[in-house]
Amino acid sequence: MKKQIPAMVVALSILAVWQFIAMGMDAAYILPSPIQIVQKIWECKKVLLTVHLPATAVITGIGLLISVVLGLALAILMDSNAMIERGLYPVIIASQTIPTTAIAPLFVLWFGYSIWSKVLVTVLITFFPVVIAVFDGFKATKREMEELLLTYGATKRDIFIRLKIPTALPAFFSAIKMAIPLSLIGAAIGEWLGAQEGLGYYSKRMMTQLDGAGVFAPVVILSLLAMVSVMCISFIENKVINWRREL
Amino acid sequence: MLEFQNVTFRYPEDKEPILENLSFQVKDGDFASIIGSSGCGKSTIFRLINGLEKPQQGQILVNGEPIEKQRRYTAFMPQKDLLFPWCTIEKNLTLPMELQKIPKEEQKKQCTAVLEQIGMTEYRNKYPRELSGGMKQRVAFARTLLAGGSLLLLDEPFSALDFLTRVEMQEWILEQWSYWNKTILFITHDVEEAIFLSNIIFTIQECPFSTMKAVNVPLQYPRNREDLRKSDITQLKETLIRQLRKKEML
Ligand SMILES: Nc1ncnc2c1ncn2[C@@H]1O[C@H](COP(=O)(O)OP(=O)(O)O)[C@@H](O)[C@H]1O
Ligand SMILES: [Mg+2]
Repeated sequence: MKKQIPAMVVALSILAVWQFIAMGMDAAYILPSPIQIVQKIWECKKVLLTVHLPATAVITGIGLLISVVLGLALAILMDSNAMIERGLYPVIIASQTIPTTAIAPLFVLWFGYSIWSKVLVTVLITFFPVVIAVFDGFKATKREMEELLLTYGATKRDIFIRLKIPTALPAFFSAIKMAIPLSLIGAAIGEWLGAQEGLGYYSKRMMTQLDGAGVFAPVVILSLLAMVSVMCISFIENKVINWRREL
Repeated sequence: MLEFQNVTFRYPEDKEPILENLSFQVKDGDFASIIGSSGCGKSTIFRLINGLEKPQQGQILVNGEPIEKQRRYTAFMPQKDLLFPWCTIEKNLTLPMELQKIPKEEQKKQCTAVLEQIGMTEYRNKYPRELSGGMKQRVAFARTLLAGGSLLLLDEPFSALDFLTRVEMQEWILEQWSYWNKTILFITHDVEEAIFLSNIIFTIQECPFSTMKAVNVPLQYPRNREDLRKSDITQLKETLIRQLRKKEML
């Protein structure tokens, strides 16, 4: 806890400066103050937390699940076959330079305003980082350990379960922790394109109404959601990867 | 008995073979050491014995039969990355038995026996990171025992340990060798270690090599560190060092 004091001081200072400037400007439609944002969240807590938060959480959750499942499958496939690896890995790396969100409006053409257009944006943003992280995790397997298992008569499957999975586990958790904020960004972008509910949609609607605090309020909730989710994953990670814990 | 007959081996990416027409024998019950400077192919000999590589020419025989026909004749203790950090000591020890589908109770029994013998019963449920360097090597050796071979291949097991731990481990390994009645083939680059431990020493003097010079160590077991100061032993040490250096000067 003591270690976090400097970070808290910095964060509080930024908030204080922000509050000070916003009060000086006195133009909430351009720069609402932190207190105004908190007030806004409190006023609209019912609709934010029972309508828009669940809508965004569902999109994020489905998108993440698809990304992780497909990403794992692809990483395993590439790891098991050198030809597949050589065919796909460079393409995946190269695809990272394409601003995929720029083609997101296309998904609205395909799926209309259903949740699937938003889910697809989320998947597109998170899928490739997950694949690369997990695949690199598999590649971190030590050759000496693999050879040792071979001398014990291990099969490919034994090696995968007893060596590759434990080796890649830390990378897998990092990948998920990285994918959570990304998937929330994806969901919010998807909602800007067209939606009837969701935190991204709410933020955009408040913008058209020149309600500065209303734009910020859902963003704050998105950030909190990301933080809480990452903390949950960290908690699970520490339980699962107990061998790394220092004494 | 393990026998190399005119074995030639070349790594696919190399032009020249690393071993050429190599022949040598290790008798049952021997503590045989191989010394030679690093990079000359000592570990490669082990890779051939444990089946990770296949010779292009020649044969490796166990009691006159091709080694591939022998199930679990050898157990290999590699140079580094020995224990799996995500497994407890017990899990590390039972790993080779699990892969061989040995019944669980039998695994437990053998694990208990070996832990008792190496005096590490209380570490059963600990993780490798909680152990000192010397203890890790003990566990790795115990796992090699439990892999079930009668010829143990130990690749520079003590080279990363500090001096005092190494001395302690040398005495320990001799006790273990006589207790479990195994044959040991031991790679080292430390001449004194080879003399203290083994009854026969193979030296590699050229690269690539076709012969290893075999030298018998004129000492009885159990060994005593004082013996290393005897004049014929210091002489043997000088001879071996000279042989090894000849290679380096070329
Ligand atoms: N798996 C391998 N593939 C290709 N070359 C190897 C491999 N292992 C070792 N070598 C090469 O063979 C030579 C001998 O290596 P090694 O047998 O490990 O020597 P030593 O154990 O005596 O130090 C080295 O030059 C090394 O680069
Ligand atoms: Mg070596």
